[in-house]
Amino acid sequence: MSNVPDGLKYTKSHEWVRLEGDVATIGITDFAQSELGDVVFVELPNVGRVLGAGDSFGSVESVKTVSDVYAPIAGEVVEVNDALGSQSELINTDPFGKGFMIKIKVQNAADVDGLLSAGDYSGLIG
Amino acid sequence: MPIKTVPTPQLIFEKSYPGRIGCNVPVCDTPEVDLQATLGDLREDLHLPEIGELDLLRHFTNLSHINYGIETGFYPLGSCTMKYNPKINEKTAALPGFANIHPMQPVETIPGALDILIGVQDMLSEITGFDHITLQPLAGAHGEMACLMLIKAYHEARGEGHRHTVFIPDSAHGTNPASAARCGYDVKSIPTDAEGNTDVAALEKALEGEGGKNIAAFMLTNPSTLGLFEPNIEKICQMVHAVGGQVFCDGANMNAMVGTTRPGDHGFDCMHLNLHKTFSTPHGGGGPGCGAIGLQKHLEPFLPVPVIRRNESGVVVADYTRPHSIGRVSAFYGQFLMEVRAYTYLRAYGKEQMAEISRHAVLNANYVRARLKDVLKPAHDRPCMHECILTAEKYKKEHGVRALDISKRLIDYGYHPPTNYFPMIVPECLMIEPTETEAKETLDAFCDAMIAICKEAVETPELLHDAPTTQIVGRLDETKAVKDLDVRWKFADTRQPVTV
Amino acid sequence: MPYIPHTETDRQEMLATIGAKSIDELFREIPENLRVKGQLNLPPALDEHRLYAHLAELSKKNVNLMDVTCFLGAGIYDRYIPATVGATISRGEFLTAYTPYQPELSQGYLQTIYEFQTMVAEIYGMDIANASMYDGSTSMAEAAILAHGVNGRTKIVVSDAVHPHYRQVLDTYCWSMDLQVDTINHSNGLTSDLSKVDGEAACLVVQYPNFFGGIEDLAAARKAATEAGAMLIVVADPVACALLKPPGHYGADIVVGEGQPMGVAMGLGGPMVGLFACTQDLVRRIPGRIVGRTTDHDGRPGFVMTLRTREQDIRREKATSNICTNEALMALASTIYMEALGKNGLQKVAEGSVRNTQYAISELTKAGGKLAFEGKVFGEFVLELPKDASEVRDALLEKGILAGLPLGSYYPMLKNHLLIAVTEIRTKAEIDRFAAELKAALA
Repeated sequence: MSNVPDGLKYTKSHEWVRLEGDVATIGITDFAQSELGDVVFVELPNVGRVLGAGDSFGSVESVKTVSDVYAPIAGEVVEVNDALGSQSELINTDPFGKGFMIKIKVQNAADVDGLLSAGDYSGLIG
Repeated sequence: MPIKTVPTPQLIFEKSYPGRIGCNVPVCDTPEVDLQATLGDLREDLHLPEIGELDLLRHFTNLSHINYGIETGFYPLGSCTMKYNPKINEKTAALPGFANIHPMQPVETIPGALDILIGVQDMLSEITGFDHITLQPLAGAHGEMACLMLIKAYHEARGEGHRHTVFIPDSAHGTNPASAARCGYDVKSIPTDAEGNTDVAALEKALEGEGGKNIAAFMLTNPSTLGLFEPNIEKICQMVHAVGGQVFCDGANMNAMVGTTRPGDHGFDCMHLNLHKTFSTPHGGGGPGCGAIGLQKHLEPFLPVPVIRRNESGVVVADYTRPHSIGRVSAFYGQFLMEVRAYTYLRAYGKEQMAEISRHAVLNANYVRARLKDVLKPAHDRPCMHECILTAEKYKKEHGVRALDISKRLIDYGYHPPTNYFPMIVPECLMIEPTETEAKETLDAFCDAMIAICKEAVETPELLHDAPTTQIVGRLDETKAVKDLDVRWKFADTRQPVTV
Repeated sequence: MPYIPHTETDRQEMLATIGAKSIDELFREIPENLRVKGQLNLPPALDEHRLYAHLAELSKKNVNLMDVTCFLGAGIYDRYIPATVGATISRGEFLTAYTPYQPELSQGYLQTIYEFQTMVAEIYGMDIANASMYDGSTSMAEAAILAHGVNGRTKIVVSDAVHPHYRQVLDTYCWSMDLQVDTINHSNGLTSDLSKVDGEAACLVVQYPNFFGGIEDLAAARKAATEAGAMLIVVADPVACALLKPPGHYGADIVVGEGQPMGVAMGLGGPMVGLFACTQDLVRRIPGRIVGRTTDHDGRPGFVMTLRTREQDIRREKATSNICTNEALMALASTIYMEALGKNGLQKVAEGSVRNTQYAISELTKAGGKLAFEGKVFGEFVLELPKDASEVRDALLEKGILAGLPLGSYYPMLKNHLLIAVTEIRTKAEIDRFAAELKAALA
């Protein structure tokens, strides 16, 4: 069974969001990493890029697949997880922690209300 | 199973010894020159191997022993048409009058080469039903791209350069969308219905309104990548034409049609061919490909140069005076020596026997399908064309054995695996294309192996998970290959590769 | 037909297993009106003996370069091909193999590609090379598109001293992708005015040695590209790079070229083998196949095609290119060539070309030609004649000498100019005869 921590928000395309103040941390879920298999490369945006909700901001690659990753909510990229450059496997080993992908300064914190709860997401991947 | 005990071969760089040479280099009898003064900056070193001629030859001969080809055994690789590559083709392509001609020598000095080119064009035109053929594209994907360029030029010439979308079925080869992107087009996916045909209702909807205004082309593979003939093909072409779009035929599966049906008669505007599939030019380990394209009259003004055609007096010429041409897609005359092979092949079959190609290709595929249907379910309950698509879903669900495991186990039985996981819309897909050149006994032995493997999947699935065990290597760590990327030998540190 | 082994008994047994009465029945899904009725309008079949005789007859209609003395180059060179090349690439295990997607059955081929990548990168002085492209021209176009992908700029600056056919292919590719090509005019046979390499340029493309044989100043090209924030793409002759300081040592970002001079038959220009090498940081953007070394589950070393997610079958419309083949067989020919000659042999070949070229320059200028450009050349040069170069070429061909390429159709200003290549296989006697016949033709 995939780990779906409470307190985070989720998308149908398997991203998670942790909102702290007006900064949202974004990554891909445990379910997503297990479907992909060993992650070998992560493409990340530049700091400062302004993302609309649903914009592709990067991609996650395993040996034989590549998946785009989408911004669950709108905001400006304020930090990217540079550690993924040399340790892409962090997405496999710690998807909700050290394997996060970016942090964005959100335009409207209320946007997260429209995303899935842990319960909803668990039902989706059931 | 015989276990191969060949030791891991050394790289040539590990066998190198200073002072050796593997070739008698032509002796120079003109005066010596001061290289520095003549050329300017010279390089400091050049790390190339130094090895004697016999050891060089053994290096490659031994490497050939750990490589599989059609001449080694059966190659049921779906979508790839791994048929016999006749030896006479190699002999004709090696004729000095073909092998030793220069692409920029005066065209008047190569009439025999032009005869080959126009001969192949004429025969392919008759076989495919297209008004014109060009042999300029260098491979299948290159041919696809050239077709889309012709379509783009056609739309632009008609003042419809705004058309920016290419429709592609969800079952298509990845090359189709990649080629579309190369021509600056957006891609829209069209679904396949339950019978394996293009979903005509979905297509109709996609062609409504803006969709119809913006469609540049529909790229359709016929027979489809599911190995099925598209029964609504005429209607589909009419629908796309009605809104001003063009229809491209991906000719990957031409082997099902040679002498039996002609895509040019189906309503297509253009198509690409893979001479290395249908017309027996060797795959060569992944190239050279050889990609002719066929097109109807309305696309002719845009043909890439040179256009090989007969002039008013019937003389074959290379025509460069083409004001509407898309230009050159390759540097010279295309894959000429491959055209010599294709010409040889076409003339060997001739009008009397040409249709036997598709007839026996389809017979063989249906035979394999019939023999395996009880152990591997066909994806569709219809006769297949030149290849059959089977699903191993049952074994995955019930025994944890995947299509890949079955494929790898086949290696232990001495066969090259079929194509698996393509088309992507069929789960645990195994795609088998026997081609017409395989004898019944070969197909029987292969089917017996498949049936035995399916039994093992139930009884001893670990045999499949561990396969292959009979080759010089087992399954390789592809994650490591990407993460610890090692794509060249590093000379400075002789036994260590470069890590990028 | 020997290629189709079925007997009538086979067909009947197979149809019985299928449950069909005839082969025709298997085609029942093809609408009746779309089926071919009767035989196609094709020539009759030929048996193997007559087939070979027919092809041999066609081949004899061509003037083949074993029957004339070849001074024609222009990107395709008449060099010696060791016998080991033909012996090896005709082996069925290589010739008739598919792309090595099943690495357990393809270790032989994969290893040769790894060796090929290593040597191409080494010759060009670059970090890495791919498993090859279709030909030099498409390799160059792919490099320009890569540069556009990296910096997003849409202007491709190319010298007109780059092979005209390559530039025409570039034009076609760029038209279809909505990129602009801006051409630099050479001056005195070299690319010296680099003012077009500005902040809008995605890349600068030069050839080394260039189409005229001239050795371009790559340091100046690198400087101009760097100042403009553009990439430097060099189309380089690998044989010349055996002696010349290679483009990678000048800091080129991408080096491409035609591998034909290394072991591939001229064959009217196809099949060829495109070389493609680049810096490490471009590895994920490289078009085409790349082979890497790894290990199996027991730790045994082996090779696989790697970085596969760049390719069309996985990434579809976002792939780095639509290419799905490499020129594996021709790359194998080049691999054998590079390994047969090795360091000493390839440098000897290059040196032979230089010596023969210098000798030809001295003799042909005595015979009435004039060296058109002053710069340093490697194995090719432009000779200005007192009359139309095509006429001279045709006259010399009557004497069994293929004198080179008249440049007028590519460069209208150079109507009396002949591009002459002198490879290592030419002899002093052949060059002397060329000079004598040229003198006679000009008289």
